[in-house]
Amino acid sequence: MQANMSIGTSLDFFLFVAIALFAIGAIGAMTRKNMIVLLMCIELMLNAVNLMLVTFSTYYGNGDAQIFVFFTMVVAAAEATVGLSIIIMAYRNLKSIDIDMYNQLKN
Amino acid sequence: MSLQIISIILGSLTLATALLVVLSKHPVRSVIYLVVTFFLITSMYIMMNAQFLAIVNMIVYAGAIMVLFLFVLMLLNLNKEIEPVNTRTAQFTALIAGGSLFLILITALKDTLILGESFRQKNEQIGLVKELGNLLFTKYVVAFEITSILFIAAMVGAILLAKREKQIIE
Repeated sequence: MQANMSIGTSLDFFLFVAIALFAIGAIGAMTRKNMIVLLMCIELMLNAVNLMLVTFSTYYGNGDAQIFVFFTMVVAAAEATVGLSIIIMAYRNLKSIDIDMYNQLKN
Repeated sequence: MSLQIISIILGSLTLATALLVVLSKHPVRSVIYLVVTFFLITSMYIMMNAQFLAIVNMIVYAGAIMVLFLFVLMLLNLNKEIEPVNTRTAQFTALIAGGSLFLILITALKDTLILGESFRQKNEQIGLVKELGNLLFTKYVVAFEITSILFIAAMVGAILLAKREKQIIE
């Protein structure tokens, strides 16, 4: 079959890797309780989506998706900065990065 | 054939390091594995001839964002003893949820388009800096300018949030 022959060189392989990366990131975001590792898992999921966008951009021969990936990276950088500074501020008050402690933020 | 082997090795290494990010108990090790994962994703961009994104991914993600994470980890002085751990039940539930998410996405994409399509792309100029620059500064120039405002807002917000408040100390 065509799929057996071309595993690895086809774009499907990159799609598979992207989907698996997204699932791993989602599992990490659900299992870990460390706030910083949680942010890292979100970065992993963002990267999986970026990889998928670049794959489709390659398939269609269209550069718009790559511009979108660029903007995703920009927003991810801003998100990481603000998120980490919020974590630092909360750590000063709570002395913990356990995500269960952070329910006090609502007060 | 050799390209096939290379891409399979790179893909499995990517998934392995991503799993290690989730599984390793020490946060600093997670950061290091995440940097390796980002480098491997960069190699995939290079295989698809997305040169601009490959360089940006390496500089911004593996360089800047991960160093930021590492700095914060060092600043907070975390170690293995105070690492919070979820209960077994929650971990098992998350594993089932993530696994079914993976299966659903695979099934949804199974019948779609590109079985057997090679990653030798139709238009080889797409990922180059010249083409993307043309797009970025003509069609998407408004979004690009708004991005700078977003960055200033993020910068001011981060400084304001992370600053110590002197009034409280006195």
